[in-house]
This record gives sequence, C-alpha cells and structure tokens, in this order.
Amino acid sequence: MEGYPIELTINGEKICAKAQPEQSLLKFLRENGFTEVKCGCEKGDCGTCTVIMNRKAIKSCITLAMQANGKEILTAKGLEKQALGRKLQESFVKYGAIQCGFCTPGMLMAAKAYLDENPEPNKGEIRNAISGNLCRCTGYKKIVEAIYDVAEENYRVEGDINV
Amino acid sequence: MTWQRRIIEWKVILMSEFKVIGKAIPRHDAWAKVKGELKYADDFSLPEMLYAKVCRSKYPAAKLISVDISKAKSLKGVKAVLTARDVPRNETVTKFGQSTDVRGGFEGLYRVLAEEGKKIRFTGEPIALVAAETEEIAEKACSLIEVEYELLPGVFDPEEAMKPGAYLVGEKNSNLINEFGCSNGDIEKGFAESDLIIEDRFEIPFIDHAYLEPEAGIAWLDDYGTINIRVSTQVIEHFRDVADVLNLPYNKVRYIGTMIGGGFGGKEDITVESFLALLALKTKKPVRLVYTREESLMAHSKKHAFIEKYKIGAKKNGEIMALEAHYIGNAGAYTYLSPWVGLYATVSAAGPYKIPNVKIKTQMVLTNNIYASAFRGFGANQANIGYESIIDELAVKLKMDPLEIRKINCMHTGDALSTTKQVIKTYVALPEVAEKAWAGLGEPTVSKEKNIKIGRGLAIGQMSYGRMTFLRDSSRCYVKLENDGSLVVRSGIPDLGGGQASLLSQIAANELGVPMEKVKIYNTDSMLTPLAGTTTATRQTYMSGNAVLKAAREVRNRILNKAAEVLNVNPDKLDLISEKVIVKYDESEYLTLTKAIQACNSAGIELYSEAQFNAPFSEIPDLTNMKGMTFPDFTFGAQAAEVAVDIETGQVKVLKIVSCYDVGKALNPACVEGQMEGGSIQGIGYALSENYELQKGVPQTLSFAEYLIPTAMDSPEVETIMIESGGGLGPYGAKGIGEPSYNNIVPAILNAIYDAVGVRIKSLPATPEKIIRALKSDYFKK
Repeated sequence: MEGYPIELTINGEKICAKAQPEQSLLKFLRENGFTEVKCGCEKGDCGTCTVIMNRKAIKSCITLAMQANGKEILTAKGLEKQALGRKLQESFVKYGAIQCGFCTPGMLMAAKAYLDENPEPNKGEIRNAISGNLCRCTGYKKIVEAIYDVAEENYRVEGDINV
Repeated sequence: MTWQRRIIEWKVILMSEFKVIGKAIPRHDAWAKVKGELKYADDFSLPEMLYAKVCRSKYPAAKLISVDISKAKSLKGVKAVLTARDVPRNETVTKFGQSTDVRGGFEGLYRVLAEEGKKIRFTGEPIALVAAETEEIAEKACSLIEVEYELLPGVFDPEEAMKPGAYLVGEKNSNLINEFGCSNGDIEKGFAESDLIIEDRFEIPFIDHAYLEPEAGIAWLDDYGTINIRVSTQVIEHFRDVADVLNLPYNKVRYIGTMIGGGFGGKEDITVESFLALLALKTKKPVRLVYTREESLMAHSKKHAFIEKYKIGAKKNGEIMALEAHYIGNAGAYTYLSPWVGLYATVSAAGPYKIPNVKIKTQMVLTNNIYASAFRGFGANQANIGYESIIDELAVKLKMDPLEIRKINCMHTGDALSTTKQVIKTYVALPEVAEKAWAGLGEPTVSKEKNIKIGRGLAIGQMSYGRMTFLRDSSRCYVKLENDGSLVVRSGIPDLGGGQASLLSQIAANELGVPMEKVKIYNTDSMLTPLAGTTTATRQTYMSGNAVLKAAREVRNRILNKAAEVLNVNPDKLDLISEKVIVKYDESEYLTLTKAIQACNSAGIELYSEAQFNAPFSEIPDLTNMKGMTFPDFTFGAQAAEVAVDIETGQVKVLKIVSCYDVGKALNPACVEGQMEGGSIQGIGYALSENYELQKGVPQTLSFAEYLIPTAMDSPEVETIMIESGGGLGPYGAKGIGEPSYNNIVPAILNAIYDAVGVRIKSLPATPEKIIRALKSDYFKK
C-alpha cells in the first residue's frame, strides 16, 4: 500500500510501517494487528480506542497516525509487561469489572495513565478520570472499585517500561 | 445429635466450599478480555477479504422509482453491487429464532433491500450493497449509486397513523399491526366504587441500545460452498432466515457467533448477516461488513416509543379498585418483534398488584420512523413507567407513603396477575423487596444549598424470565468428561457479556466436581454446538442452565453408579467434589475422578450427554382477552432512588440507587450484581437523557455526542440487595435478572423528582428544560 513510512514503538517494540496522511492512529493500529484497540464510534465520544502515547491517554480515533511518528504507544496487550498494568488487569478480573469487555482495553489504558499521574486518588476522582470512557454494561461501580483497589496498594514499581 | 455426627455435618458443610455455585468466581473469558486477546466480530480477517458497504435511503417515505448501479459497478476495485433484483427471496418473514410458527399476524415482513416500484418506509432503509477491495472504494461506490425517489408524505405519529385516511406506511390497507387486550371484572363498577380516580397520559420516546460494539461480521464460502457467517448476534438460529433469503437448504448456512460487545436486544434481529451472505455468494470471496456508529444508530432497531393512557381508581384506604390502560406502541417502519412487545406490555400493564377490575388495550402501529423491536425490558418496562408513576400519584393524592400504598395492593405468593389471571406458584417476594429497597436508602441527604432539593422515589414490578409459553421454547446442551478429567461443554449459547457461557461452565463444574480451569466451553456455532436458543428474554440461565444441569447430571450419575460398584457402597452415599468421588461422612474412602473415568471407559459407559430442556408449553391464548399462563415465571424487584434537583437549572443528579430483587439463587453473585448495577445505570439514561429523536422520520441523534448515555460521572453508587428465595425455575432455584434489573428504575427516578420539587414528568426523558418549564408553571405558583 502507498503511504509514508513512520517509526514508532508499540508495547516496547519498534515498528516501521506505512501510514496514510489522513489515516487515524486507530485505523493504523488495527490494520497492523493491534485489534485490542477497539473502534466504537470514530468520533472521540466513546473511549474504546484509548491508548497511551508518551504517558498520556489519548483517543486514537481522533489522533492521526502521523502524529504518532517517533512516539511510544502502549495498548492493552502491553499492560502485562509492567507492574501497574498487570495489577489493573488482575483487579478488573477480581472485581468482575468486565461484562461484554468491549470497553475494557480502553478503560484499562485510561486507568493506567491516570494512576501513573495520580497514584492515590479517591473514588470521585477516578470517576472523573474515566468519564471519557463509556461502558454500557457494568454501571461503572465495579470498574471504579477495581481501579481504587490498585490505587490503594499504590503499586508503582521502579523499572517499568515507561510509556 | 452426637458430637461425632455434628463434626461430620460440619465437614459436609466445609466440603460444599469446594462447590463453585454461588461463588463470585471470575468468568472463563475475563483474562482474555483484559489482555485484549478476545477477537470480536470486527477483529477477524481473512486473505483476499472484501469490504462491504450499504447504500441507504435518504428519505423516510418515498416510492422507489429506480436504482442505477452502472457507475458504481464500473469503479475500479468494485467486485459486486447488488440490488433487490439480485436477492433470491427478497421478502420473507421476521422471526426471532423460534422453531414454532405462530402466525396470526405475529410474523411481519422481512425485506432485505428496498424494491423498485414499492415504498421506502424509513430513513436509512437499505437499497443496495457493495463489495470492494477497500472500505474507501466501497464507500465511493455507494455514493455513485443513483437512486430515483418519488417523495411521499409519510406518517410519523402513531395516533395520526391510526386515523381513517392516514398515509399507509406499507402495502397493507391499515397501519395497525395488531391489537391486544385483557379484561377482568367490571371496569365501570370498579370506578364507580372508587373514592378517587386519576387519569394520566405518558409519552415515552424511542431509545437506542447504544452498545459499544457496532454491528459487524464476516462471511465466506468453505470448500463445499457452505456459507459461513462469523457475526456478533444474540440469535444464531437466524441461519435459517438467511438460508430462506438465499433460497438454500438450512444446512448450507452456518453461523459462528462471536463474543458480543453488548446487545440489550439490538442484536436480536438480523443485522449484517443477509448482506454478507449475498455478497460472499456473489463474489466467492470473504466479505466483511462493519457499521459505523452513525450507521448503527441510523439502521438498527430501537426501543418502542409508547403513548400510555392510564385511569386508576382507589378507595380512601388506598385499595385500588380499577385500572384501565391503553397503550399505543410506535413500531416504526416494519413489524419485526412489535407484536411480542405489545403482548409483554399488555400482560405487565397492571403490575404486581391485586386489582379486581382491569381493562387493557394495546395497539402496535406502523409509522415512517426507524423500526422498533427488541430492547431490554421488551414492553414490560414501558408498562412499568406508566403504572408506577400513576400509583405514586395515587399515594400523593391519598397522602400515603409510597411504600404503604404498594404494601396494601401488592401480590403475594399464590396470587394471580390482575391482567391474565396467571397464578404465580413460585415465591413472590413482595412486599419484601419494596421494604428493603426503600429502607436501603438510609438517612436522607440534607441539602446544603437553597436551590438544591432532595427527593426520594420507589418503584416495584414484575418481569418475566423465559419466553412466552405458547412459543414452546427449548434449549440443548452437551457435556463430556475427557479421559484426563477435563470437561467439555458445547452449547449454542451466545454470550452477550452477561457471562452466559461462563455460567454453563460453572454449573457443569459444580455437578461433576471439576475446577473451573478444567472446563472448556465451545459455544455459539449453529452447526457444531447444540442449539440453545436465543440470548434474549432473560432466558439463558433458566433454559440453558437447566439443559446443562440435565446433561451434567446424567454423566454424574453414570460416574457415581460405576464408582459405587468399585467402592462397594450405595451410589446415594457418594458425592463428586474436587475431582474425587467421595463417600459422604467418610473421608478415608474415595476414588479419584480419573480412576472413575477409567473404570467407566473399560466398561463401555458413555461419559457424554446431550440434553434438552423444555419450558412449560401452553396454547396460543385469545389475544383480545388473554387468560391463563403466558410466561413460565416472573422475577419480582424494587428500585429506590434519591435525587437532587437544582430548581435554578432543572438539572437532576441521582445521588443513590438501591436495587433489590429476589434472584432465586445467585449462581455467580458477581455476575448478578453486575446485571443489577448495569441495569440501574442504564435506567438513569432512560429517565434523564436518552432520546432517539426524529423529526418527520429523520434521525437527529446519530452520535454519542447527541445520543447521551450515562458516563461514570452521571452514575451514583448502586447498592444491590439480592434476596435468595430459592424459588426460581432455573438451576438451583435461580431466577432471571438480565431484563428485570432494568425494569423499575425509571419511575423510581421520576417519583423521586416529584418528591423533590412537586412536578411529575410525564414525557421522557426528564431533561432540565422540561423540569424548569414544569417548575415555572407549578412550583413558583405555590
């Protein structure tokens, strides 16, 4: 396919691939096999496509692939490799914070980026932090509890992959 | 009881700790979901795959004059463009996976693509299909299709649509789809005996399911020309309907269901499947079709808008003497499941109340809006909004406590529904659920600001689980113990996210003493897994739960009988726990499960079973005056809400929700809680913000920036109270909770708004504008 080569790091691995000028980061990621990044609306409304780019949670559907050139991206598949990510995954499983699971990868990324910045939030702050990520099944309670539990343990460990 | 005996009893209780039923264990697919490994319908691709797009009508009412596809066809990269002329059977009937034909106006027209010379009925109606090498080319080709319309006036309001001489939506000579009724006692006498009569009218808009996963699927032909469709659907039994469209035998179309990214009834009808099958058959290549969010909002079914006219009469002491309800259901452009929704509303119309004189009429009407069909609650919760609002008004007028009026009139075990007179033989947890939900609100919140008023509301109700009994529902499941003691479950069950598939594993694990990790469920394949029926109607725990229980118990009995021979004891002295056949009260004697399996294998004893569970069957009732059993059973529940209303802005904030249901038995409490929490929050959207708005048939809310569902910031903590009466018809006494958990929340919030500021919102959603307007006319005058 035509396009312009971009180089970026995804989940700790360097990737070099072609992107179209008008292509969203979401489409670029999904076309390159990162289908854990979900497409719920393509308008920045639902948050299912949330990834972490250079430490910040962003909606990849309203970010151009070109903007990710030279950046470090973390998706749900990369969470396992580091302590806070793993802890969040464990907590979501333990609390039953997952129903259909379609919002889950985006929700985890929003939670991870937030806890990196604010290791000890209260539940209200967590609700605010994930308010850009819609969930239609759970009613949010178990998601907030799962994130809060991780925050309480304050599980920041030196030597994480820093993205 | 001797002390030795007591210790033994304790050991038995401890051993039950190894059972997995009743435990909040993680679902089998939880890890795959958090790791992002689960492949949803849109995450799957095949080599040489083509991309499909649908060309849709721009107008809600028109005659389709012609469709010119020549320009689209000649675009480079386009592999197929199809119109109605290319569809072997473009018109069949809508079904929802039922295996019995009910007829009598229940099955409406299913038209795959709009036909030249016929009417277009709604904005977004599919006209042509494109398959191309890329999504962009397919989209471009759609824009090159030239459609000529003759615009027609259309009719958008159901009351207008019923008037003589109204514009006709379809080809029939009336817009009325069907009319249902129920009547008991003497309604006029009932009102005459009443001290107080209230009449009211409620208006409920169309709403959208707003699942986060848009409709998606992929279809391909296998080596033998069989059509395979991998799709996100609640109903894999639609393989038959697609075969009808293609004029193929039923065994030549196979559905492979994926994990569903939310459904709520919106993936109960066919979505992308017929389109995919037609294009795959034409191009002989794999084809993928994924709706955009805009297309999803525009093109899939909605929840029926309702107009409800209620009249209720009561004595001074609060005793309800008569209730009359007239529902007009706005079915939109096509029939789909409207008749069934109308039946649910009719049966539910008097709520869980003992009312001697009742008269209900329901009319389901075609209009030139998007078609309405299944949605969590399915008519029953539109009914609930009406009766719980007017009963609240009755309490206000009689200066009675909301709990008190419900206690005076509610049903008890052994009572019959006031509509159909179906006697409820299982436990009726009333008024218990109402008392607990109301008390659960705790100490009232005290407002610290002058403009913020606090109020509380209560609503109760009954919601069926399992399909209407004259549909003669059944479910099948297969269980097999492998030689290494691992367990295989096969079931056609689609998993909506409620944990439906995981629950079957849990039941099989429990019966066969195997840990959850050793169970593997293969599900949702219309040709390879036994058909379990649809994941709709809150039926899977009840129906497929009982099917897997039956299959697992057959295998269990074979194991225990063989082990009894080996251990030389009576089989009823044995139990299967933690991969051992144990002798109850004697822990020294046991046989490992794998040894028991070996013994069975050597003796030629089959360690698999496929079982079918049948719901109770009934005859089709007289639909103008329904009587007797129409549902297997009901779940009873109550929801209470505390709200804060800002009288300066009209803004409502829900502060607290208590949701209390008799769930029979919580087979996995985390899953049941999840349903109860999610149902309550979805109801906040229905009450306060969700409105699928159409202006003369043209949808106005085609994004999540316009169609507003609750975010984490709109959602209070929901307190859930589960009553486990053990009185359900499901496995271990479970009842269904999926739909019931959403049933009473809207009126609870509306009643709380009334309690806070004294205005009764009768047209949903209760937006700040409506509240301010009502406050200006009511509140400031007082």
